[in-house]
Amino acid sequence: MVTINYDAELRRAGASATHGWRRLAFLAQRHVLGAVGLVIMVLFVLAALFADLICRYDPLTVDSAHALLHPDARHWMGTDSFGRDVWSRIIHGARISLAVGIGSTALGGSIGVIIGLTSGYLSGWVDLVFQRVTDILQALPLLVLALVMTAALGPSLPNVIIAIAIPLIPVVSRVIRANTLALREQPFVEAAKSIGMSEMRIALRHVLPNTLAPLIVLATAQLGSTILTEASLSFLGLGIPEPYPSWGRMLSESAAEYVRVAPWLVIFPGVAISLAVFGTNLFGDALRDILDPRQRG
Amino acid sequence: MFAYIVRRLALMLVTLVGISIVIFFLLRIVPGNIVDILFAAAGYVDPADKANLQRELGIDQPLVVQYLHWISGLLHGDLGYSYVSEKPALDEILPRIPITARLAALALLFSASVGIPLGVISAVYQGSRLDYFLRVVSLSGLSLPSFWLGLLILMASVSLFGSIPIFNPNPQTFGEMFSTYVLPSIAVGFRSSALTMRITRSSMLEVLRQDYIRTARAKGASEASVNFQHALKNAILPVITVVGIEAAFLIGGLIVTETVFNIPGVARFLVEAIRWRDYPIVQNLVMFIALIVVLANFTVDMLYAVVDPRIRYTD
Repeated sequence: MVTINYDAELRRAGASATHGWRRLAFLAQRHVLGAVGLVIMVLFVLAALFADLICRYDPLTVDSAHALLHPDARHWMGTDSFGRDVWSRIIHGARISLAVGIGSTALGGSIGVIIGLTSGYLSGWVDLVFQRVTDILQALPLLVLALVMTAALGPSLPNVIIAIAIPLIPVVSRVIRANTLALREQPFVEAAKSIGMSEMRIALRHVLPNTLAPLIVLATAQLGSTILTEASLSFLGLGIPEPYPSWGRMLSESAAEYVRVAPWLVIFPGVAISLAVFGTNLFGDALRDILDPRQRG
Repeated sequence: MFAYIVRRLALMLVTLVGISIVIFFLLRIVPGNIVDILFAAAGYVDPADKANLQRELGIDQPLVVQYLHWISGLLHGDLGYSYVSEKPALDEILPRIPITARLAALALLFSASVGIPLGVISAVYQGSRLDYFLRVVSLSGLSLPSFWLGLLILMASVSLFGSIPIFNPNPQTFGEMFSTYVLPSIAVGFRSSALTMRITRSSMLEVLRQDYIRTARAKGASEASVNFQHALKNAILPVITVVGIEAAFLIGGLIVTETVFNIPGVARFLVEAIRWRDYPIVQNLVMFIALIVVLANFTVDMLYAVVDPRIRYTD
């Protein structure tokens, strides 16, 4: 006869893991890849926060006597053509990637939410105008629009953040609008209306919180692509200007030369970009499975 | 159907006009035009010379007049002149298109022929080690910047052949063609093959759960027949959308890859024109890219109705 151990079954299903660390541990066990992604992201943030403590060398100090040194015990990742320590530049580069990633996702996301919410909630001609504007923004690939934006605004950190945020607006506003349209017909919105709540209050108190889950999923998914876009812009010489240690900039066009003479200058920045984006992608996938199971891939 | 197509075409026109306005004015919101840049490099200048050059290029006129001039030129097939080479913009752009188009076609071919089979395998063996492995590979494909992949390919060719492939516009041998077009197209297509794989996998999983698949198994159809004839046929629809739209969005990968491999295509030309503030080239190229995106979207929607007879555009 088969006996069922109910306690063990319940534990396996996560019944005891309702909150706090237990819940986190349970989720990490279920989504191993997501946990790996989270660890990568945490390391990446720590590197950005404590860059000055981690590195022995200043990332900007030029030392032409020690240019193009091979990786060794003193310079773990070698030095570049100006004699700057590559390890130190990569750790400090995390700051730029993080600033651009968070800055542009937050900026593009919040404008996208405002547009999506207004568009879906008010409908009518407001919706029509916003829809056409998003059509226009979506007809240009992310990198092309960001290139033209940085060309117009000039290369600097805030401008790169704006240039990458703008192509994100239609992506976010589309999702929020679709969600708002569906939520608007829900009984609880009707109930709120019937007790005389103002439209503004309904949109902010009832509709917005219900679009939060897809918004978080979308924002995490976009984080990786903003980091990649910054790297591409800087690689093309139109992103973060010298001497700031942007990973993309470190791989700029002269990289094709270094392929032969100094491969470490090509390998390490590329690994840094890929690892950071990989981490956010892994974490984003797990987050989608947890928060928005309908989209599970 | 006819009414739907007309409506779609009208919307496409609205989008294109919108883009032309956005691009034109975006490029001109910053103070400082090509004449300022040229003269800033020269040091002291005679203001009369400067005014002359501005008049010659037509940039002394109000922006609205300049815009209308550009648009009416576009409609007549006159794209203006490059500020840098002083040749007609059309003559600068046209010869570069086939190079980029060939790269894009090869990249798409790579993406579909790698992404679709791997997606099917991953879905059929869902939850297995193989599935896990393929999913991690595809996720890393979405994480590698294509310019870095290009650089790694260059590095590999240095260590294998001792040299970096040099672009040859008319490849004679297979080896030349391989290094000229195939290697860069892998760098471009790797990312979209990862995307294709993911979409194929999730679409297959959706279909494999359905009743008619069980029926097919029950009547004794072989695994291969179930997976490829019954399931993939229905799962391919979302894949077409992604591949179709990716076709237009490959341009991002093409821009950086042409830069890495030093290929004189139209994508790298956009970056060069932006650097030189060669606005006639930039605005026409952006319009060209937008036209491709809009047409790709339209074609995908039309293809939908062909592949899936249940879809009829009546609205």
